[in-house]
Amino acid sequence: MSGPFIDDARVAEARAIASEVIEPVFDLIRRNTTISVERTVLRLFGMSDAGPGGIPLTNLMTDRLKAAGVLSRGAAYWYGRALQLGAASPLDAVERITALPADRLKPLSAEMEGNLREEVRREAEAAVEELKRRIDERDALRQEFPMSPPPHKYVIVATGNIHDDVDQARAAAQAGADVIAVIRSTAQSLLDYVPHGATTEGYGGTYATQENFRIMREALDEETRRLKRYIQLTNYSSGLCMAEIAFAAAWERLDMLLNDAMYGILFRDINMRRTFIDQYFSRRICALAGIIINTGEDNYITTADAYDSAHTVIASQFINESFAKRAGLRDWQLGIGHSYEIDPARPETLLLELSQAMLIRRCFPDAPLKYMPPTKHKETDIFFSHAYDVMADLVAVWTRQGIQLLGMMTEAMHTPLLADRYVALKSAAYVHRAARGIDEEFTVREDGKIANRARFVFDKAMELLEECRTDGLVEAIGRGHFGDVKRSETGGKGLEGVLEKAPDYFNPFLDILEGR
Amino acid sequence: MAGDPQPLRAYGDRRDDGVIQLSFTLPVPLSDKAKEAARQFCAKLGLVDVKVAAAEPAADHYTFFIVYARADVSLDYAEIEVPEMVFKKLDFDELNKLIEEKIARRVVVFGACTGTDTHTVGIDAILNMKGYAGDYGLERYPWFEAFNLGSQVPNEELIRRATERKADAILVSQVVTQRDVHKDNSRQFIDVARASGVKGKSLLLLGGPRVDHKLAMDLGFDAGFGPGTKPSDVANFIVHALLRKMGKEPQDLHYEGEPR
Repeated sequence: MSGPFIDDARVAEARAIASEVIEPVFDLIRRNTTISVERTVLRLFGMSDAGPGGIPLTNLMTDRLKAAGVLSRGAAYWYGRALQLGAASPLDAVERITALPADRLKPLSAEMEGNLREEVRREAEAAVEELKRRIDERDALRQEFPMSPPPHKYVIVATGNIHDDVDQARAAAQAGADVIAVIRSTAQSLLDYVPHGATTEGYGGTYATQENFRIMREALDEETRRLKRYIQLTNYSSGLCMAEIAFAAAWERLDMLLNDAMYGILFRDINMRRTFIDQYFSRRICALAGIIINTGEDNYITTADAYDSAHTVIASQFINESFAKRAGLRDWQLGIGHSYEIDPARPETLLLELSQAMLIRRCFPDAPLKYMPPTKHKETDIFFSHAYDVMADLVAVWTRQGIQLLGMMTEAMHTPLLADRYVALKSAAYVHRAARGIDEEFTVREDGKIANRARFVFDKAMELLEECRTDGLVEAIGRGHFGDVKRSETGGKGLEGVLEKAPDYFNPFLDILEGR
Repeated sequence: MAGDPQPLRAYGDRRDDGVIQLSFTLPVPLSDKAKEAARQFCAKLGLVDVKVAAAEPAADHYTFFIVYARADVSLDYAEIEVPEMVFKKLDFDELNKLIEEKIARRVVVFGACTGTDTHTVGIDAILNMKGYAGDYGLERYPWFEAFNLGSQVPNEELIRRATERKADAILVSQVVTQRDVHKDNSRQFIDVARASGVKGKSLLLLGGPRVDHKLAMDLGFDAGFGPGTKPSDVANFIVHALLRKMGKEPQDLHYEGEPR
């Protein structure tokens, strides 16, 4: 069993503190919007094409509205204005709006305003219904072809070319993968737009585009039917376009998204305000679409030391959970992230890793949890590397991880070869099969190393949570408490895309997603 | 250079048996025909006594093979020439003391993962306090002043910042190697370094999983560091190279292995 180790009351207290920690951030979220949230609104209305030069229509329209100083009223409002001007298509709407001189963008009469909003709201409701219908299709396929039991074996494809990715993803599914992640092209997170169409050139990965999502999901639907086992698809809702990616993923029936409330701030130097606002809207979409999010705490311990900073992972997980719950996500959608990263040169690392994974299972009993393999201390000795990964397989099944990203023996060298995935999948299937139920056979002694270490880490996490409550989350991030990375509230990329909402700000999707 | 010939063959479990292992995938379904194809493939590589030890269905249309075979090739080890970094490796305290005594100021080092690369794991391992595999990073050395600019730093910016502080050494880390982007970016770095006049002034070091000393030298760097490099290797190289530049150390010092 993954212990009590900690009193229920203490776990509840951690949760209560986390919710206090994030409260001030919600003030910011309520008062502001971002250019990428507004682009998402337009995408929800069906504006998914690109204009001349491949620039997404959503960017053309929001950039124009921002330049005219009127985006703070909400893109939905201006979409309505374009319809009123007789726009016949999204491109037409963009052209009509961008052709207007700034003085023509003034308010209408109260009655006209009311009618316009009513009409746009009805259209938004219809758009959400259509989205839900697509999600239902995905859910029906999941019902028809159940998944393998967890831990769901998760592997990455990263060729840069979506069509090659499809070949590799099919092969991985045939070899036993349950989840396929298409890793994104290097630095896509810093693009302030979502590239358009099918792409065949990427570095270190493949661009996340709506068309690429569609192509991959279609291939995996085929494999699902052939293998009679549902194959999940995931991508990355992070960076400057969190919410737009969440929409594209929901529309194309993806199953999971990497989505973290703080990852962009810490590891991509994206502005704090921008990230907090974007993550909320993106998570609202995930909540509606039944998408499982994967949080990124594993990254903390690739920069900071996994042994010394174990408590930062726990504290951040409570914060991430709190943000997620406020955005309407349910426990089964929380792939809370962590990893097997303690330096293998230390003694007793299996006990330490078990302790950490058991502690997380203890704190988040109803969440699937997302377990990441060793990366930081990986060696180019593939035989050692393989043995190292297998230990993570054991901890994953022992602590009932819902999702396990499998380590690749060539981790420190190159993007995985097809055979690397096969070898990892075969071994993980063996370890999971061999050790399933092991947690019910062995009770972890409450006075032993595992329990004591768990209590120590939890106590330090509580101290950090209390510090975040006292000093504020912004200050805690500024001090480098998470991942040893220091960021300031007004630093980083994308702050210029944050806008204070006008008093008559209009976003019918936010209302619908929040159940209003 | 070349003395007596030293014939060299692979070693399996006895001298000169030439036994090697290899694994590869062929894009065909697993079958006896596929196994025969794997055997013939190895024969075409010049291998003999080919044993296809494992043929695994990696996917419906892919078979993964593990093969043991003998390679009859032999080469003369005495004729192999590789430019090697030669220096006498000192431990943490000895190296700090050497800087204090012979350079008498802190050695300034700038590093970054430049270009589009977002992976700081390499540069962090070398520069950050924590270091790698129990070996302290350059930030920890009192006689080094190390600046880690992080990832996605333009080459121009790294050089500008390093020049402002008259850096003794500039470290470029390149982790992403798809389509040789690391080489293209490294060449661009050297172009900028030449144009700005920093080449020849500061030591230019390249590091990454697909980097070796020879590649780095070919690209125009002063040294290259590949997988398994420890911060102390880089620290030692920098200090000894500086001392040689200053004429305070002979050119023919030899690497004497790990310090005790």
